[in-house]
Amino acid sequence: MNSIHDMGGMHGHGPIVRDESEAVFHEAWERSVFATMMLAPGYGLWNADESRYGMERMPPGEYLETPYYVHWLHSIELMLLEKGIITVEELTARIQALSAEEAD
Amino acid sequence: MSHHSRTKPPVTPALRAKAIETLLVEKGILDPGAIDEIVQLFETKIGPRNGAKVVAKAWADPNYKARLLRDGTAAIAELGFSGIQGEDMVVVENTPTVHNVTVCTLCSCYPWPVLGLPPTWYKSAPYRSRVVIEPRKVLEEFGLRIPAEVEIRVWDTNSELRYLVLPMRPEGSEGWAEEELADLVTRDSMIGTGLVLNPATLSWSQSKGTAS
Repeated sequence: MNSIHDMGGMHGHGPIVRDESEAVFHEAWERSVFATMMLAPGYGLWNADESRYGMERMPPGEYLETPYYVHWLHSIELMLLEKGIITVEELTARIQALSAEEAD
Repeated sequence: MSHHSRTKPPVTPALRAKAIETLLVEKGILDPGAIDEIVQLFETKIGPRNGAKVVAKAWADPNYKARLLRDGTAAIAELGFSGIQGEDMVVVENTPTVHNVTVCTLCSCYPWPVLGLPPTWYKSAPYRSRVVIEPRKVLEEFGLRIPAEVEIRVWDTNSELRYLVLPMRPEGSEGWAEEELADLVTRDSMIGTGLVLNPATLSWSQSKGTAS
């Protein structure tokens, strides 16, 4: 698929920014996303090719502007909804509930 | 999906991830214990120390090196490193006339069993887009000046096949034991964006360390 993820040779992305002291995961939510993605194939939810395809279908602007594990998160959400494992209503309600909890 | 709505406040990745995780745990799909286990594995066990052992063994044992270059997957598995994202390994050797560097232009493929999870820069748009068209310049930004007469080969990895660079054994490491040699091998030297440590510098820092 010819899309934003096919970056070899593209111009305009600027200098390479490195952090030599970075941790394996930067924030707790990255651990959660990583583990969910990794464990799902074992539970028969999806395979690696499907998960990659989920990332490749991210809107190009969002793909460029978000950190790496948001690509994974996007793919996980897409696959769970498409496969009917979680419904949009369930996900929306849960996010609202968690958001309200945080606001308290 | 609701979080893409422009009328609501933005939903953070942390909130989205927590929503998914809690729902999957409630449905009995995801096991919280397994989550901690897999995270710990990649935070503490699987990392470039594994690859360094492979490189050190190749430096110390010519027969192993021959096996490693012939069938990377099998030779790496001899040391107990195998599994996901390392199912098909190809080892590319640096020589006085060839320098190798690896990338995944499409995403983030990387040889997990020997190097662990990739650093953020490896997965970033600038590295993925640029190293294939201007490798010499990119390597210079990493502090690596490759002489003009040395050919640079860029290997674009993919979901089936992963590369590991076998750096050159540095002068001054003659007679070193395998475990000592492994201390010279950096993560970036196995990606191809860095050099191994200088044996003289390492000996000096270690002697300083024991003296203090």
